[in-house]
Amino acid sequence: MTIEHLNIDHVTVEFPTPGGTFRALDDIDLVIEKGEFVSLIGHSGCGKSTVLNVVAGLLQASRGGVVLDGTEVDEPGPDRAVVFQHHSLLPWLTAYQNVELAVKTVFRGAKSKAEMRDWIEHNLRLVHMEHARDKRPGEISGGMKQRVGIARALAMQPKVLLMDEPFGALDALTRAHMQDSLMEIHAELGNTVIMITHDVDEAVLLSDRIVMMTNGPAATIGQILAIGLERPRERVSLAASAQYNHYRAEVLKFLYERQRRPGEAKAEAPAEKTAGESPLPQKSPDLKVVRDKAVA
Amino acid sequence: MTFGTAGIAEFGKALLIPLLAFLLFLGIWEFSAARIQTSLGAVPGPVEVWKQAVNLVDEHREERARQAAFYERQDKRNAEALAQDPSAEVHIRPYTGKPTFVDQILTSLVTVFTGFLIASLIAVPIGIVSGLSQTMYRAINPIVQIFKPVSPLAWLPIVTIIVSAVYVTDDPMFAKSYITSAITVTLCCLWPTLINTAVGVASLDKDLVNVGKVLRLGWFTRVWKLALPAAIPMIFTGLRLSLGIGWMVLIAAEMLAQNPGLGKFVWDEFQNGSSNSLGRIMVAVFVIGLIGFLLDLGMLLLQKKVSWDKEAVLR
Repeated sequence: MTIEHLNIDHVTVEFPTPGGTFRALDDIDLVIEKGEFVSLIGHSGCGKSTVLNVVAGLLQASRGGVVLDGTEVDEPGPDRAVVFQHHSLLPWLTAYQNVELAVKTVFRGAKSKAEMRDWIEHNLRLVHMEHARDKRPGEISGGMKQRVGIARALAMQPKVLLMDEPFGALDALTRAHMQDSLMEIHAELGNTVIMITHDVDEAVLLSDRIVMMTNGPAATIGQILAIGLERPRERVSLAASAQYNHYRAEVLKFLYERQRRPGEAKAEAPAEKTAGESPLPQKSPDLKVVRDKAVA
Repeated sequence: MTFGTAGIAEFGKALLIPLLAFLLFLGIWEFSAARIQTSLGAVPGPVEVWKQAVNLVDEHREERARQAAFYERQDKRNAEALAQDPSAEVHIRPYTGKPTFVDQILTSLVTVFTGFLIASLIAVPIGIVSGLSQTMYRAINPIVQIFKPVSPLAWLPIVTIIVSAVYVTDDPMFAKSYITSAITVTLCCLWPTLINTAVGVASLDKDLVNVGKVLRLGWFTRVWKLALPAAIPMIFTGLRLSLGIGWMVLIAAEMLAQNPGLGKFVWDEFQNGSSNSLGRIMVAVFVIGLIGFLLDLGMLLLQKKVSWDKEAVLR
């Protein structure tokens, strides 16, 4: 029997509240292969971050569990590095020192001082931040901070890289740059990545599979879409690709037709129509849509 | 450097308005003081107070001159004695003149810093621990809330009696009055530092806490690399408040404990009741205020030096 790389095994998360138990996640079941890039997409409040926190070990599942390479995850650790939405760099340390803190903690005794220095510099180079190594987070732009945050996570040599809307707070151009960098790094290192996103284009462009979540409470996996686009992917040529636009439409349909947020049903009816105007799905022979669960 | 018209106007506003306000204050003071008769004569106005300030400085100079002359005489005497008989026993006695105003200022500063230092050494570590642990915070909170509002005048008798009972030596290194005053200062300036440190440590960004967890940082690293730098601004806010309170408390403590500082100066002048006394007390009031202001400024500069965030607006 082969052991799965990462098994999110029937995870249910409940929180006690004064009004009774609140079920945030219901029976999330997902197996991820080594080197796979998986996006979690869904409306805000659907528990995407909760899934990520359970995998990170920052939150305990009420039922079910997470198994990474045959070992159950029960606490946070550097083998599951997290890139947070708001960079979360230590503002009193320079870019270099931020990565250094991670490297010194993770590789204590395993790497010599010189090896650590090389490794820190290598990771800063990987995210194109070697020129700002001695700058503090307050002195660099949002995109640069996020790059350092990614360098810090990569420097831990994680088995799984967890990214919580890493580019959500960035402007569109910077975001595009960051996505290209991330694809480059993923191609080079082959890390397993789980990324939360709100951005449909980002999900289609970067992912091997897109996991679409239903609305909470008791959110679960509504649909999983495998993205069969060739790598390396190039955003400009893909914009005209029928296949790309089909995937995009598929995700949009899930989000805006089947999982329209209950509160938005009336108020945002016109806006919803605009979303529906996106290119119609074209029948494509190599379409790989996996419907895990029936969704009402 | 050149000033444009706007620059001059800005400079004028920055300097002129406070200056005018101060002159107005002096005017009102001079005008109303002359109309209030007390048992010690009319309340002194700014001119009279300035004269007393000059007097106090002169007295200090004279006292120092007397001290120098005393030592000169003693040295000469000893040198003569040794010249006559090399085996002669020479006496070196310290000068025992009364402390001057400047001496009293220095005594007050030493006392307040002693109390403040002890308080900080206790409050910062306890603050850190109670900021990190909710349990510790709950445990310590009622004690802090009860003791925080207690006046130094209530602490002083207790401290005096305990110090008298505990600090018993034949050759005391410090005067009891000094220890009593310093400890009273400590008791009053523990609290702002403690509370602000705890809040600063506890309000560490949740993402940074998670970074610490993901890295599996040890307890010490977590405190040293995460909690402490994050709490530095709050810790300094606490320290500044504490030093301010300590300085205020000190004057009262010195009055009652008879520690030879500014508090005792004020008390002695009050008891003395000469026609100069009110003016001299007012000089002390200004000096106390000015030193308090400079202490706060000093803490601010220290904070700027220590803080990682050089851009932060500090006031």
